[in-house]
Amino acid sequence: MSDATFTETRQYEAQFSDYVELLKPRVMRLVVFTAAVGMFVAPVSVHPVVAFASILCIAIGAGASGALNMWWDRDIDAIMTRTQGRPIPSGRVQPGEALAIGLGLSGFSVMMLALFANPLAAAWLAFTIFFYVVIYSIGLKRLTPQNIVIGGAAGAFPPLLGWVVATGSMSVEPLLLVALILLWTPPHFWALALWRNDDYQAAGIPMLPVMRGERVTRRYIFGYTLLLIPVALAPSFTQIGGSLYLAVSVVLNAVLLLGAVKLLKRQEADRDADKFLAEKRFFGFTILYLFLHFVMLLVEATLRSFDLMVGTLPVWF
Amino acid sequence: MVLDMAIQPEHELHTRRKGRNKAVGLILGGFVVIVFAVSIVKLSKPQNEDFRAPNFSPVVGASE
Repeated sequence: MSDATFTETRQYEAQFSDYVELLKPRVMRLVVFTAAVGMFVAPVSVHPVVAFASILCIAIGAGASGALNMWWDRDIDAIMTRTQGRPIPSGRVQPGEALAIGLGLSGFSVMMLALFANPLAAAWLAFTIFFYVVIYSIGLKRLTPQNIVIGGAAGAFPPLLGWVVATGSMSVEPLLLVALILLWTPPHFWALALWRNDDYQAAGIPMLPVMRGERVTRRYIFGYTLLLIPVALAPSFTQIGGSLYLAVSVVLNAVLLLGAVKLLKRQEADRDADKFLAEKRFFGFTILYLFLHFVMLLVEATLRSFDLMVGTLPVWF
Repeated sequence: MVLDMAIQPEHELHTRRKGRNKAVGLILGGFVVIVFAVSIVKLSKPQNEDFRAPNFSPVVGASE
């Protein structure tokens, strides 16, 4: 055997970018944003260095849970076209490596957050990782059509983490933000699942459209939208909201409700005619919807810090 | 068949892993900088309970 043949038969050497991909950088960006908002709107200011270090720990914790999720789901990831290119199914990273990175970074991020911020924030980060990996990925994702609702809870914790880093305690405001993301997740993902139905069916994941059909899924999207609206409006009447937030939220919720009604009314012929255009638009709008709600909270916090509040609303919560 | 098993100072494996090792080195360096910066911030706040000496007692009437 010569050097040349050895080179040809060796396995692919994972590059650094492959390991970064394992941490789901797109999810990490959302986590960083929502955690930063949770921290920024809290009534206690955090030193910028501590804030940066804490958000980094939260992002690494989220990435670690993403790696553990990819390790567990490697069998179904290889089946679905959306996930076939991920580092493990594409053969770029070995499953054992993903497990080691996931476990190592989980412990590391929790430990460092306890040192940088406070033990309560670290405990919440540990619980979030546990919830996403054990309860959602390993436990319920493949068992129940309500998997998205449970998975959404794990994705909903970052603003709470940011708040607890700043204050060291719990409060109603971050819990409303958790509820906002929690109730936003089902309509968002079920809209996606409507046109990705074949993928989930092939992988045997009991997504709602697979198990209960398209009509029921459309009803659930509408139902969760109705539940989401009051929760999205509620922060207006807390110390972190205000009239600007309320104004923008009313418009966003009106558009969301119209979209949900439109999805509810659509028949199979409609979606075949435009190839799920309304579902895709609804899905795209839900991203903007959540982003703008959090941006408005940042705007309110900034105005408050300069004593430039526009109108005052009663604080009910 | 000729076996080329000579030990080379710069093995091909090292070249392949160079980028990966550089990135890990940068991350470790960044981690040291962050820990140092957070330590300076926390230690520069004497009122911080985390770093208060066990026998600390505030002086009554002392100005902030």
